[in-house]
Amino acid sequence: MKHDYEHYLSQTAKELQPSGIRKFFDLAASMEDVISLGVGEPDFITPWSIREATILSLEQGFTSYTANAGLLELREEITTYLATRFGVHYNPNNQIIVTIGASQAIDLAFRAILNQGDEVLIVEPAFVSYAPLVAIAGGKPVAVSTSPVNGFKVTAEQIEAAITEKTKAILLCSPNNPTGSMLTKDELTEIAEIIQKYDLIVVSDEIYAELSYDEDFCSVAAIEGMYERTILINGFSKGFAMTGWRLGFLAAPKEFFEVMLKIHQYTTMCAPNMLQRGAVEALRNTYPEVESMRNSYRRRRNYVVQTLNQMGLECHTPGGAFYVFPSIRSTGLSSEQFAEELLMQEKVAVVPGHVFGESGEGYIRCSYATSMEQLQEALKRIQRFIEKKGVYADSQSEKVNAR
Amino acid sequence: MQLSSVEIEILKIIEENHKLSVESIALMAMCSEETVRKTIEKLEYEKIIMSYPTLINWSKVEGQEGVIAMIDVKVTPKRGVGFDEVAERISRFPEVSSLYLMSGAYDLSITVEGKTMNQIAAFVSDKLSTIENVVSTTTHFMLKKYKHDGVSFNSGNDDKDRRMVVSP
Repeated sequence: MKHDYEHYLSQTAKELQPSGIRKFFDLAASMEDVISLGVGEPDFITPWSIREATILSLEQGFTSYTANAGLLELREEITTYLATRFGVHYNPNNQIIVTIGASQAIDLAFRAILNQGDEVLIVEPAFVSYAPLVAIAGGKPVAVSTSPVNGFKVTAEQIEAAITEKTKAILLCSPNNPTGSMLTKDELTEIAEIIQKYDLIVVSDEIYAELSYDEDFCSVAAIEGMYERTILINGFSKGFAMTGWRLGFLAAPKEFFEVMLKIHQYTTMCAPNMLQRGAVEALRNTYPEVESMRNSYRRRRNYVVQTLNQMGLECHTPGGAFYVFPSIRSTGLSSEQFAEELLMQEKVAVVPGHVFGESGEGYIRCSYATSMEQLQEALKRIQRFIEKKGVYADSQSEKVNAR
Repeated sequence: MQLSSVEIEILKIIEENHKLSVESIALMAMCSEETVRKTIEKLEYEKIIMSYPTLINWSKVEGQEGVIAMIDVKVTPKRGVGFDEVAERISRFPEVSSLYLMSGAYDLSITVEGKTMNQIAAFVSDKLSTIENVVSTTTHFMLKKYKHDGVSFNSGNDDKDRRMVVSP
């Protein structure tokens, strides 16, 4: 008997768009000797002491479940970390959940707060998972587009204009993937006024908090009146170079915590015990290494931004994360054409901007989390590519001084 | 010597990779190429930048393996000049690649590099031991280098990029 699989599948799941990044990954993965600026993760290997603490925990036999919310020892370290680094205070017993990466934390947050049809504002260009996670939880993602005019920063006015009666929450990601833009305390304070005026919840993805270069990072939960309405999401992937560990955490008022914990315990039970023990070491003893990685990214950012501008690919200076998001409009190509042709002709992988939402069209995401040697070679090839496209001479006159 | 933040930044960049061009260093440190050039000249002149050594794993080159020994030396310090005079004298030998004054069971720690074991033996017996004030020497031959000046010699694995080509 022939099965009608369409009939079996969930309508919501069927309607999800496949990630645009997937298609590009398949193409890039099929080629050899590609220099990749397409990677969304640190080029550093997890600091050795974290790896060693994890190995030790295995030797000692820590192979059982932990509490649903995570090891208390780790939750205590997380609360100390959030308090000392960002000035936000949580109770480890009933406000912190250790999750399988920050992605699970975002999923938990949306599942916990959304009812069918609730709208969530998503500042675009945005990380590829946000909108689908809202949809999976029954909500409706509403894009708030930003532009390079003010460095891809969302303003209070833009947010207010997008709010409807159905708006329940807003997702903020600062420093941002893919633009690297970072909201200052003053900018967040203005946004916070609108959020309070319309009684919204903020899901704040702060995974790149440790990678802010020019100004101190400000958590939205630290702004007056915001603590009560913020679900703070962070993790170990980016700052501590622990992407493959899949360890994140969320911090929120007790009422949010209780609902999110219920979902967490039914879906995953807990994050792996031995990895959580490694994370304790990360928070206790690896800050000098985090700082040294941050300094290394900052120097590479300076190099990449100025070099792209010099070759005529207009690029704002991002305040954080490890991405630059230059405009490729001067080439007359769509972001997908640009990325595809660059890959085929020069073997450099970048991510076309449109995969991060409509407002990403006309841009490409380049990650500078790769060695200086690779960056120099990749930029040389990009320059050769755009010279062949014949835009070099024209764009010199539009050169933006990023210093 | 008090250095400016830009000078320290330049030092850190070339400490990590001294092969970078002046142009790249200027872009990374957000200063002019002229500043980079002048800073490097000044720091070389002040002997803050001492040299630009190249770390070569000679054990991988056939016929060039060489022998390295670390020698613990006990010395009778001299009135007025302490250990400095004898240390300086020893450091002048071209065979000596490093020399430190140590606390503990012995006084000087010397690293000696030679082509053969015999060459090092000859240095110890003919030159080092015969220096006045040298009381005793203990020679340890180095068998294998795992890490030197912060660089791992053995683990090719850590340098390998295991990441996927594109990821979100």
